[in-house]
Amino acid sequence: MSTLVMQPTHMAVRYLRALWRQPLYVVMQLVQPVIWLFLFGQLFKNVATLPGFGGVSYIDYLAPGVLVMNALLSNGWSGTLYLTDMDRGVLDRFLATPARRSSFLIGQLIYWAMLTVIQSVILVALAMLGGARFDGGPLSVLALVAAAVLLGTVMACFSNALALRLRDQNTVIAANVMLVLPLCFVSSVFLPQALMPGWIRTVAGFNPVNWAVEAGRQSIVAHVDWSIVLTRLGGLAALAVVFGFLAVRSFRAYQRAV
Amino acid sequence: MSAGAPPSGPLAIEAEHLEKRYGKDIRALRDLSFQVERGTIFALLGPNGAGKSTAVKILTTMTRPDAGRARVAGIDAIANPQRVRRVIGCVAQKDAVDLEATGRENIMLQGQLYGMPSADLHGRVIALLDHFQLTEAADRVSRTYSGGMRRKLGVAMGLVHRPEVLFLDEPTTGLDPEARSSLWAEIHRLATNDGVSVLLTTHYLDEADHLAQRVAIIDEGRVVTEGSPDQLKSRLRGDAINIQLDADAVVDEALRALGNQNGRLRELTNEGRAVRARVDDGASAVPGVLASLEAAGVVVASVTVSRPSLDDVYLSHTGHSFNAAGAGDSR
Repeated sequence: MSTLVMQPTHMAVRYLRALWRQPLYVVMQLVQPVIWLFLFGQLFKNVATLPGFGGVSYIDYLAPGVLVMNALLSNGWSGTLYLTDMDRGVLDRFLATPARRSSFLIGQLIYWAMLTVIQSVILVALAMLGGARFDGGPLSVLALVAAAVLLGTVMACFSNALALRLRDQNTVIAANVMLVLPLCFVSSVFLPQALMPGWIRTVAGFNPVNWAVEAGRQSIVAHVDWSIVLTRLGGLAALAVVFGFLAVRSFRAYQRAV
Repeated sequence: MSAGAPPSGPLAIEAEHLEKRYGKDIRALRDLSFQVERGTIFALLGPNGAGKSTAVKILTTMTRPDAGRARVAGIDAIANPQRVRRVIGCVAQKDAVDLEATGRENIMLQGQLYGMPSADLHGRVIALLDHFQLTEAADRVSRTYSGGMRRKLGVAMGLVHRPEVLFLDEPTTGLDPEARSSLWAEIHRLATNDGVSVLLTTHYLDEADHLAQRVAIIDEGRVVTEGSPDQLKSRLRGDAINIQLDADAVVDEALRALGNQNGRLRELTNEGRAVRARVDDGASAVPGVLASLEAAGVVVASVTVSRPSLDDVYLSHTGHSFNAAGAGDSR
C-alpha cells in the first residue's frame, strides 16, 4: 500500500526539484498565454458588445479560455521529459526496477498538475490586474483551475503515449503545435458558441477543450450553474482515466520496441 | 557494504538456447547458452553487434526472448520478471544518470523505487557515496560530474538495494585509464568480498582477461567458445609468431616458404603483409623461420613472438581478428 502512494510521490519530487532549480521555466511557459490574454484582450475588446457574451467585458470572457489554453500548451510538452530520460538511459534504469509502471506516470502527472496550478494562479492574478472579474466566487475559480488541470492531464497522457510509442522529439513537439490552436479555435475559448457557424458548434460539443472552457467560464457569471461545472469536470475526469490507461500501456509498447 | 552470502544454491545465471530477432532481418541471438556460477565474474566478450546487449536485456527482464529459457538467481526471468528485478542490479552502457539531480538524489530515488525503508536507505546512500569517493560532490547537480564520476554514480545506483546479481553492460567504455582501473578494482572487490555475482559485457579483451573467472566469446549471436581466460589461451597450443613483410608482392612466396617448415608452423594466415602462425616454442623457431624466408628471397621487416592472447582465441574461433570485426550498433 505505502509504495502505491510513495513511489509516485518520489517521482513527482524528482520533477519538482528540477523545476525548483530552473524556476525560469514557469515564466517562459507563461509568456505565450500572457501575450494571448493581453493582446487578444485588447484586439477583440469591442467584440464583447455582440450578443452572446452575456454583457461581460472581453477580458473577463477570455481569461478562463486562456487558462485552459495554457494548460494544453504546457502539458503538451510532457512527452519530452520521457524522451530526455530515454536518451540518457534513465527510463530504462527506472523500468528495470520493480516499481510499478503507473508510478512513473502518476508521479509525472502530479508534477504537471502542480505546474498547471502554479501557472493558473499567476494567470488569474495577471488577468485580475488587467481588469478581469471573476464574479462566480472562489469556488468557481477553483473549478476553473480543476478544469485546466484535468484537461492538462489528458494532454500530458496523450503526449507521453506519443513519446513512448514513436520515440521522436520532433513528432511530439509537432503534435503539440498542431493540436493546440485548432482545438482552441473549435471551442468557446475566444468566442461564444452562439456566434459560431453551426458545424463548428457541433464539433465543439465533442471537444474536451470546450468542456473545460464551459466548466471554467462559470467562474465569471454571478449565478454559477453547478450542473454545467460538474458534468464537464466529470467528462474530463473520465477522459483523463482513459488516456492515463493508454499512457501506461505505452510503457509496454516502448519496452517491446527497444 | 553488505557481507554477501557465500556462493551456494542455484546458479546466478542460466541462459539456455536464447533466440531473439529484431524485425525480419536481424537475428540478434541464435541459440545463445551459458551459465554463471554464484559469486563469480563472467564476461561476455565480443564486438559491437555480437548480441551482448540483447542477452543482457533479456536477463534483466527488459525484453523477452523469442525462444529459450533465462533464469537469474534461480528465478525464471520470463515467467517472473518482477521477482528477478528485486534481486538484480543493472548498470547500463549509458550512464543513466539524471543530470538535473544531485548524486545523492539519484541514489536515493533508485533506492526508493526498490521500496527500501528510508532509515536503511539514508545510511546506505551515505556509505555508497563514501565508497565511490563521491561524498564531496554528493550535493552537486550531477551535470557537473566528470565521465568517471557519472559511471561510479551509475554503479552505486546499481548496488543500492544490495543485489545478488549485478549486470554491467560495457562498464568501462569511454573511461580514462585511471577511472578504468579503479572501476576494475571495485568490480573485483564486489565479487570476492561481497559475494555478488557479476555478468559483464565488454569488447575489451584485456578487461575480460583481467577481471573474469570465465569468459564466453560471442559472435553473431552465439557462444563460439567458453572457459577461463587461461583455459581459452592454453587450448591454443604454443606461441603466436607475427612476421611483418617488407612488401605485399612477396606474401605468396613467404607463405609457400613457411608452409614447407615440416609442419612446425600451424594456422598460417595473413592480413595484408602481416603473416601470423602458431608454433610450439616461438623463440627457438625464429632462426629457422628467418633462414627459410631468406632462402626464398623474402625480405622481412620485423618478427615478434607472443604468448597466446584472447585476441588469438577470438581469431581462431571466428576466423577474423577481433579489431577487424564489425563495429556497428550495439545490440
